[in-house]
Amino acid sequence: MIRLSLGSIFSLFVIFLAAPHADEQPSRIVSLGGSVTEIVYALGEGDRLVARDTTSNYPPEANDLPDVGYIRRLSAEGVLSVDPDLILAEEGAGPPEVVAQLHQAGVPMVDVVETPTVEAIREKILTVGKALGMEADAKTLADKVMQDLETALETPVSAEKRVLFVLSMQGGRIMASGQDTAADGMIELVGATNAMEGFSGYKTVTGEAVIAAAPDVILMMDRSGDHAMANDDLFAHPAIATTPAGENRAVIRMDGMRLLGFSVRTPEAAQELIAALNGLGS
Amino acid sequence: MVAMSEIGVNSPMDRPGDRSTRARLLGVCLAVLLALVVVFSLTTGASGINAVEVIAGWLRGEQMASRDVIILWQIRLPRTLTGIAVGASLAVSGALMQGLFRNPLADPGIIGVSAGAGLGAIGAIVLGGMLPVALRDAASIYLVPIAAFFGAWLSMLLLYRIATRQGRTSVAMMLLAGIALAALAGAFSGMMIFIADDAQLRDLTFWGLGSLGGATWPKVATAYVIMTPALICALFLTRGLNGLALGEAGAFHIGIPVQRVKILAILCVGAATGAAVAVSGGIGFVGIVVPHLLRLMSGPDHRFLIPNAALLGASLLLIADVIARVIMAPAELPIGIITAVLGGPFFLWILLRQRGVLDM
Repeated sequence: MIRLSLGSIFSLFVIFLAAPHADEQPSRIVSLGGSVTEIVYALGEGDRLVARDTTSNYPPEANDLPDVGYIRRLSAEGVLSVDPDLILAEEGAGPPEVVAQLHQAGVPMVDVVETPTVEAIREKILTVGKALGMEADAKTLADKVMQDLETALETPVSAEKRVLFVLSMQGGRIMASGQDTAADGMIELVGATNAMEGFSGYKTVTGEAVIAAAPDVILMMDRSGDHAMANDDLFAHPAIATTPAGENRAVIRMDGMRLLGFSVRTPEAAQELIAALNGLGS
Repeated sequence: MVAMSEIGVNSPMDRPGDRSTRARLLGVCLAVLLALVVVFSLTTGASGINAVEVIAGWLRGEQMASRDVIILWQIRLPRTLTGIAVGASLAVSGALMQGLFRNPLADPGIIGVSAGAGLGAIGAIVLGGMLPVALRDAASIYLVPIAAFFGAWLSMLLLYRIATRQGRTSVAMMLLAGIALAALAGAFSGMMIFIADDAQLRDLTFWGLGSLGGATWPKVATAYVIMTPALICALFLTRGLNGLALGEAGAFHIGIPVQRVKILAILCVGAATGAAVAVSGGIGFVGIVVPHLLRLMSGPDHRFLIPNAALLGASLLLIADVIARVIMAPAELPIGIITAVLGGPFFLWILLRQRGVLDM
């Protein structure tokens, strides 16, 4: 008798404890977008994630989660198969039909703003924090990131630097960043100048446009491989070779997600970029 | 196959060169295959739910987990139905085109449908944001399929006008003008690609690889309304296409209304392929591999080729789709990759075997 009632009291207690948690706090979250995933981990809530998208590759633990594919090409059943109770998504998750199906299945979806500005970083962190039910922690994190960023930006770029962001150089064709991109946002953020002007997005540009842009430095995403060799290729390009960057063999390579994510690692990235830009001059 | 040919030989109806019994039997086998594949498609997916159990539970009046119901009724069933319609449409369109052009390499793309649909879809993806808000809201998520369908029809009608002189459609003219039109559509698509942003570029690439994902009931309903009449109409063209095997003049002299057969075939293919491409994007190879395979197994008689192509096309596309959604789960591979990876080597194998290069 006694054992039984103790047991039932205990189980009631467990139910009492577990119920509000299960009701209010999403614990099976699908995170779509590298910057969102980073924020979830930065808030210390990585263990609440059950799946991620292809771009979520930081921190390394994120790679252990099942990958639901490219954020704009989700599979409705694929996402539902991990039995999520919340989807955190960067703007532009799709296709729209699949998003509608996920809605129908009753999975709440929180859209996280995706613009390459400092204000957006703060907004992202607060949005994610709210969705996780951790507003206070999110505010602390957002304040810390903003503070770190301010500290990072205290050291200015010593001289005016014209930066050419090269997204790819497939077959000798240079795809560079114009305005309205994360790369452009980052270059402006650290107080350098985007050498390429007059178009928006990433576009293939002619060699002459590269020469006219006269960049002091080439900024690229870091890809594993032989860098020295890649630099030889880069500076062998006839247009780049004639620019100041080519003459000084000035190239900066940074991890793409850190450089362009506009998330919790942006202060770090800004610091690294400023240091690299200042290091070139000396 | 061995068993089937033995039955063919023993059949009392058998005459030299007559493979109709065999083709009929093949049709029955293909219908059974399709039924099995449909069950397979409904019971397989990234999530572990079992359709049979869900339906059994529903029949017993049990309370069901709502998510399972949604996965079954809102995701798998519309997707399976779309797969059947798209596979059947592509395979039948391929058979019709090969019959009409008397060329085993003809596929629905030959009448400009693919190029036009591609241009329409790309235009909608890239320029959709510039449309007036009222129009965009009205079309909502169906903007791309609608644009693809109209693109397909426009290019097809244009080609038909170009190739028709004094009430006669020149098939050769259609072929050549189709190449010119495809180049032109390619140029406009290239222009769109140039002005597209990164996200749109990725949308374009994925669209070109095709997917049955995002099949919704309204899409299924629309697709069936367009494809079913086209496929039924194709059944009435079979004798005409058999006659055309003799050449246009020969067909005319045995009383085939050649021009009417041409117009109907073109309209059927335009409707079926246009709708298929609109709902699923670009899915290659089904239109060529399926009719070929059937011709090798049961001969070129269109009376059997057309219905059998519908059955086999639907089965193959469903199998490819199941692979597409399971192999990388929870992500999904574009189905165009699967059909090409399965279809390419298989097609080569058929060709080599046919020429006696391979003996296996």
